[in-house]
Amino acid sequence: MENSGLFSLVPLIVFLPVCGLLVNIIFGGRMNEKAIGAVASAASGLAFVVAGLLGFALWAGRGEAVVVPFADWIHIGDLNVAWNFRVDSLSVLMMLVVSGVGTLIHIYAIGYMHEDVRFKNDTGRYRRFFVFLNLFIAMMMILVSGDSYLMLFVGWEGVGLCSFLLIGFWYDMDTLGRPSFANSNAARKAFITNRIGDLGFLLAGFTMFWAFKDLSFAGVFGGAEQLASISPGVILFITLFLLVGVAGKSAQLPLYVWLPDAMAGPTPVSALIHAATMVTAGVYLVARSAPLYTLVPQAQSVVALVGGITALFAATIAVGQYDIKKVLAYSTISQLGFMVAAVGMGAYVAGMFHLVTHAFFKALLFLSAGSVILGLERGHHQLAHHGGHASPTPHQDPHTPGDQHAEDVFDPGDMRNMGGLRRQMPVTFWLYLIGTLALAGIFPLAGFWSKDEILLDAAKNFPLVYILLTAAAFFTAFYMGRQVWMVWFGKPRHPAAEHAQESPKVITVPLMVLAGLSLLGGALNLPYVHTLGKWLEHTIAAAEHEVEVAPWLAVSWGGLNPFVALLSLALALVAIFIAWLLYGRKPLAEGQKDPLKKLLGPVFTVFERKYWVDEAYWAVFVDRYVDIARFLANVVDGRFWHDFIHDRVIAGTYNWLSRVVLDLHVDQQFIDAIANGLGRLTTRISASLRRLQNGFVRSYALAVLAGVVVILGYLILK
Amino acid sequence: MTVQTIPLSWYLAISALLFILGALGVLIRRNPLIIFMSVELMLNAANLVFVAFARSFGVLTGQIFVFFVMTVSAAEVAVGLALIIIIFRNKHSIDVDLMNSLKG
Repeated sequence: MENSGLFSLVPLIVFLPVCGLLVNIIFGGRMNEKAIGAVASAASGLAFVVAGLLGFALWAGRGEAVVVPFADWIHIGDLNVAWNFRVDSLSVLMMLVVSGVGTLIHIYAIGYMHEDVRFKNDTGRYRRFFVFLNLFIAMMMILVSGDSYLMLFVGWEGVGLCSFLLIGFWYDMDTLGRPSFANSNAARKAFITNRIGDLGFLLAGFTMFWAFKDLSFAGVFGGAEQLASISPGVILFITLFLLVGVAGKSAQLPLYVWLPDAMAGPTPVSALIHAATMVTAGVYLVARSAPLYTLVPQAQSVVALVGGITALFAATIAVGQYDIKKVLAYSTISQLGFMVAAVGMGAYVAGMFHLVTHAFFKALLFLSAGSVILGLERGHHQLAHHGGHASPTPHQDPHTPGDQHAEDVFDPGDMRNMGGLRRQMPVTFWLYLIGTLALAGIFPLAGFWSKDEILLDAAKNFPLVYILLTAAAFFTAFYMGRQVWMVWFGKPRHPAAEHAQESPKVITVPLMVLAGLSLLGGALNLPYVHTLGKWLEHTIAAAEHEVEVAPWLAVSWGGLNPFVALLSLALALVAIFIAWLLYGRKPLAEGQKDPLKKLLGPVFTVFERKYWVDEAYWAVFVDRYVDIARFLANVVDGRFWHDFIHDRVIAGTYNWLSRVVLDLHVDQQFIDAIANGLGRLTTRISASLRRLQNGFVRSYALAVLAGVVVILGYLILK
Repeated sequence: MTVQTIPLSWYLAISALLFILGALGVLIRRNPLIIFMSVELMLNAANLVFVAFARSFGVLTGQIFVFFVMTVSAAEVAVGLALIIIIFRNKHSIDVDLMNSLKG
């Protein structure tokens, strides 16, 4: 059959990016930047084509999930793990998003990284960047296409590694290009925080193996129902520990702290890994594990609550940030909270829908922010070269600053340095505006449809989460309005902003594609049609248990509730209006304090300082950990192990023993005696033996005769 | 065909006697030619036993062995006589007791 032929292509989605990175590793040294970027983009683009073919084959086969065996991996006792690819509507959806958005970001990165390395002419890093990006695509594909929790975990760890490598890409400098450990520290923070989450994932995996003797999706889900009737606690344990993994990877409370710091990576990385794809792996995991979560409503409630609280919590922090990418980072955490809350409530379609639309508009926003930063960077560069305001340091990687508004170093990511950019960078402005409106949930952009679907499901199933998410949606619109007015309107607050220049086509064209997707992405799952819902139906059994709801909630325009939709839309508009009142009507002047600070006072400081969560973690965990480490190093290792055990006990005993041995002349009187005695003994024995060799042939003959007689006698008498 | 023959034990006794004579000759005599003759005596003692047993048991194996032994002893004598000639050229004597260069 033709379809099965298409399905057998599935390993290519992993191996095409691998080929791309191998080509760049082996031949990249002799290729120019354009060729390196083109190879990487082509590898990712071809993976997208393959994903599209798989989607077509799946559609032709009426959505029946197909498992493509690829290789045997582990056979130990009861454990049989094969590397099988699973092609179903959920995995294909993820493949399309990852490779599609990934390809656009690859193309964007060709332009972006060129501007970044221009200051150093370090083409080796340029190549390395694209190798890492392709590795990430391959790992993400392993994650979404694996047919077992173990393969999912392989991809899960792989993308974590790529995240680490790319956050710390400029490992020898801070975000402003000054020599520092700041970026590598951010990378370590992300890695370590994710390890905590991964421990949860591992424990869940061990429990699965213990309970089901199988790690493949079919095996686990097949045995889950039976196990749930015997001991639901085991399923609860598994699902809650999976949630720990989700909280790490998808940056949910309490493990979200790594994501804002991850903005230290180059902007394409922030867009691809830390907004559009990797961080949604947790959402994918919960959606994939739907058969488990459906069995334990308690776990679902916990997941939904974690998501809801995170959504609101991160949205409030975003209100108080000044860095253009930090705002987007907290926004990402908040939107991930929406998705996690949705999949937690069992609204898997809504969650996945938001995942897709969010990938579009958040990638758009991040990449546009990168374009803004580059624009400011160019303005600053021009200033420095054509006299006038010359502030120090060439910038390698113009990214997130600290919170302090550094006076001496120009920070192209600080929104307080921007203002009025819409005149200098009109293309980026319109693209940014589309992304903003989509994120704020303005009709009829993508974010409106997906967010509304989540809100409606929350209103029906979980009123508390509904309130949290609605408040988060309000804040979302507000901080995005604040950002748009601070960045694009008013007057430039820094000479660099005055001289900012528009980005080249290689950067703006991928943005236009993403903007188109953000405009039209809602069409994926319109009311009455529900394309995505029907697509995913084949994989995730919709557990639509009708709950008793208030009459106003029961109104349905083909799945769209007008009250919920209008309320969220009205709140978003109100929030944007408030943002205009504060930041638009009277634009921020140079050096002026944030007007919200006057209005909210200490509350704003709480937002600005991010609830002091980092400081609290530092005080409670990191400092204690450092204390323990210092105790172990100084007292246990230094004083006990080194000073006492090694120096005193072992070395002391050895010294004492050797002195005793020396004093007793053991060497001369005992060891030498053995050696000399052996020699003397040998001499003596041989002296007596040589008498036998007397030279008389006849006596030899006698000896032979005697020997024959003895041997024959023995043989006869035996 | 019951012909009264000399019993087997007689042959064995003769053979043992020849062998002892040969062995004593090898051990006692100093002239290598005599020693060789003694060795031949021992070999022929063995041949006699072979033939006697072969006749007694009615199998040919022993007789065939005798041919081999004869061949080997002929070769041995040839090599041995050559050695004796070389020794005589070096030492102008063939007394075996003078051949003690490898004395320990």
